[in-house]
Amino acid sequence: MSALIELSGVTKVFHEGRHNALVALEGIDLSIQEGRITVLKGPSGSGKTTLLAIIACLARPTSGRVRVAGEVVSNLPETFLAEVRRRTFGVVFQQFHLVAGLSALTNVMLPAYTTGRPHAEIARRAGALLDRLGLARLSGERVERLSGGEQQRVAIARALINDPPVVLADEPTANLDSALSADFLGILGGMRDEGRTVILSSHDPRVCEAPLVDHVVRLLDGKLAA
Amino acid sequence: MIFQKSILALLFASGVGAVGALAAGPHALAVWRHWDLESGSARQLRLERRSTLVSTGMALLLTVQSVALLLFVFNADRMASQFVGAMCAVGTLRVDGFGFPALLAQVAAFFGSSVWLTMNAVDGRCRDRPLTRARSALLLALIPVLLLAFGLELAFFLGLDANVITSCCGSLFSIQAPGVGGDLAALPPGQAMTATFLLLGGTAAVAARTVHRGQGGLALGVAGILAFAVALAGIVAFVSLYVYEDPHHHCPFCLLKPEYGYRGYAFYVPLLAATSAALAAAALAPFASARERGPASAGRVRSATRALAGVALGGFVLVLLLMAWQVASSGLKLLAHG
Amino acid sequence: MRNWISRQALLADYTLSALARRRGRNLALFTVYAGIVFVLASTMLFTHALRREAHALLAHSPEVLVQNLKAGRHAYLTQGDLDRLGRLRGVSRIEGRRWGYFFDPVFGATYTLMAPASESPGRGDLHVGDGVARVRGLSTGDTLALRSAAGELHVFTVKKVFSSESSLVAADLVLMHPADWEAFFQLPGGVFTDAALSVVNPLEVRSVARKIGERLPETRVILREEILRTYEALFDWREGLLLALASLAVAAFAILAWNQASGLSADERREIGILKAIGWDTRDVLTMKLWEGGLISGAAFSLGTLGAFVHVFHFEAALIVPVLKGWSVLYPRFVLTPSVDAVSLLTLGLLTVFPFTLATLVPAWRAAITDPDEVMRGTT
Repeated sequence: MSALIELSGVTKVFHEGRHNALVALEGIDLSIQEGRITVLKGPSGSGKTTLLAIIACLARPTSGRVRVAGEVVSNLPETFLAEVRRRTFGVVFQQFHLVAGLSALTNVMLPAYTTGRPHAEIARRAGALLDRLGLARLSGERVERLSGGEQQRVAIARALINDPPVVLADEPTANLDSALSADFLGILGGMRDEGRTVILSSHDPRVCEAPLVDHVVRLLDGKLAA
Repeated sequence: MIFQKSILALLFASGVGAVGALAAGPHALAVWRHWDLESGSARQLRLERRSTLVSTGMALLLTVQSVALLLFVFNADRMASQFVGAMCAVGTLRVDGFGFPALLAQVAAFFGSSVWLTMNAVDGRCRDRPLTRARSALLLALIPVLLLAFGLELAFFLGLDANVITSCCGSLFSIQAPGVGGDLAALPPGQAMTATFLLLGGTAAVAARTVHRGQGGLALGVAGILAFAVALAGIVAFVSLYVYEDPHHHCPFCLLKPEYGYRGYAFYVPLLAATSAALAAAALAPFASARERGPASAGRVRSATRALAGVALGGFVLVLLLMAWQVASSGLKLLAHG
Repeated sequence: MRNWISRQALLADYTLSALARRRGRNLALFTVYAGIVFVLASTMLFTHALRREAHALLAHSPEVLVQNLKAGRHAYLTQGDLDRLGRLRGVSRIEGRRWGYFFDPVFGATYTLMAPASESPGRGDLHVGDGVARVRGLSTGDTLALRSAAGELHVFTVKKVFSSESSLVAADLVLMHPADWEAFFQLPGGVFTDAALSVVNPLEVRSVARKIGERLPETRVILREEILRTYEALFDWREGLLLALASLAVAAFAILAWNQASGLSADERREIGILKAIGWDTRDVLTMKLWEGGLISGAAFSLGTLGAFVHVFHFEAALIVPVLKGWSVLYPRFVLTPSVDAVSLLTLGLLTVFPFTLATLVPAWRAAITDPDEVMRGTT
């Protein structure tokens, strides 16, 4: 198996050059294998989320290189970085981050809006995804009226709309009870079986110690821990 | 006479363009000095973000500025009825000393703007942003041109006075007139026609070659400028005669009047478009080779060069055909006895 | 290209739903916007129509007019004066004209009473313009009694009501027999209000004027091109002044638009952060924001212009007439021929849509550069 994502010497500094400068990540070398479930583990403030953001092309490292599928992305201008992001990654956020006031279906469709695919095609795929996650009857409902578990499944469907090879989830079980957490891990397993690469950040033992996790990366104070 | 709607609109467009370019100046300078896509430093991120704003904003301003050139000429023609002695735009432009300089500055600003707009569009499509520094430099160079164009326009409009008796085009574009206008009018129509058609045809051939090969933008730019100058000379020397069906009326501005169906615009708009496309192709030429850039970007630059050469080809051929049609369909028969 | 169109359509679609979700705020902005377009467009359409009317009015008028002066005041020309003008090179025809103004106190309107040299009505007959006919409720065959300045009542029969394509030209015109005209105004026979000269070649107009000045030094010579020039300058100037004043309103509006656009609610900021996090880039958000401005602009521009069209051509531009018309003659009704020109619309766009777009660009960009990872880090 080849490394799908490779980071070398990645450093991220916030508020660079100011008195409140903060080194969030320092000298990270990491490679993530294709088709596996990887967990970034560490206490809060250890840099998990920042690392996830850099992997997902949501942010550029201050220095260091990031390769996705062999292509260097750390020096791409934002427009092209966004293109790589759309093509490669689907992200499920900790707070779900659905757009209030819009229906579940529209929320799922949003990431595909900028790809230029026809509206009908996007709507069909979004409907199919919601159906698969058991939300077909709620697709016209406004998202703020859905329960937490339903919202997360809408967020998962949204992450899959562009059919990305990599799915990332930030603290996915933080807001879920045990039963829903188990459901969620089941969905992740299904994704891996489809050939997708899954990357999670979590400090929840239910996730980190789950049997289906292939690889655990430990982070402490912005550095990789042995 | 500054309180007129077209004048207010023109001054507004030109003023905002100049001020906008001036405001973008520090950013352009910073890009020129510090642009480095390899870096993820805070400064580089700031520059990239700001570039989005400057690109979008300047694209808007310069597009408006380019349209304003046509409005400027149209307005000068329309206002001719307000000045004693003026028959067409020439009369208005000569009411004070700033009319023709303002027009020339506007044309220069038009060419500079259109080249910048093209570079901006091509740059946005390339992953390594090969043109960013070059177009920042062009933007810096455009600042004085835009300021000058605005200043001259303001001086021109402020100087308009209904009591001035101006001179009509006959005194500028006739065989006896001193200066460039007179010299052009004095060219023998037959020879001028041959030269114009040959040069327009030749430039179209250069453009066709560039379409075919995706290279040779520099040659196209040079040929385009030449063709532009010769076509303008040709309009004074012979096209005008056939339009007015009068062997002594050489004015290139009366063509814009409603009496002649505004047909001047049919000559000038494709001519301006073709010339600016040729210039833009020349500006892209240094970036079309794959040596320093990634092959993907060089490919995109080449395909943009092809498209530009296509516009130039279409424009110059159209001008050529229009001129030939004008000569053939006119009631004036110059060459039969001259 | 198809991708591009589809992407634009989707962004516009999203924008529409976003606008609908923030209805109240956008409606206020839209109202002000449409109002400003309405005022500017009314001004432009009205002056444009006036300009056309003036051209129509002058198209049939003579190239040169000669008025007699006595002690610097207008006086009548006599047949002798006309004879002294004699034959001038370049003048194809000289005609003495008889006309004057009559104020009708009953209807508060002013008529132009004219006695044409040829094809005049018979004695006791009148041809009246449609404006006069409308005010007095006249039709062919009716009688019209007018009280002259001397207090005598003159009774006429209306033989014809004429209309014209331009109501400014002939609406107030009353044609009568020369003898009736002299009797009504109590003028001696053989006097003329002014003389009209036809000059075919426009280049000779000035030399004709000079020669008249030499032969009849006491007269005033008025050239049609001068009148046209004055009209043009007058209309343009008034229009421009009104627009310059209105541009203050445009400036105020631009500030309002800037404010509205930069005062993003927390919800909106969060929404943009989400969009960026799920794959939109700065350009997409900026495009979406420009679509927002474009849709508001398009709607406000259309509504404002349409409103102005109705206002000017169906309601006689009631709101701006006092400033712009400045006609000394009171017209009972004043309906302009509808016409719109492309340059006015282009200028209108330059003065409204362009500043609005500029004013919203920077705030839109500020919103668009929200860091996508801010959403993840939970700072929004």
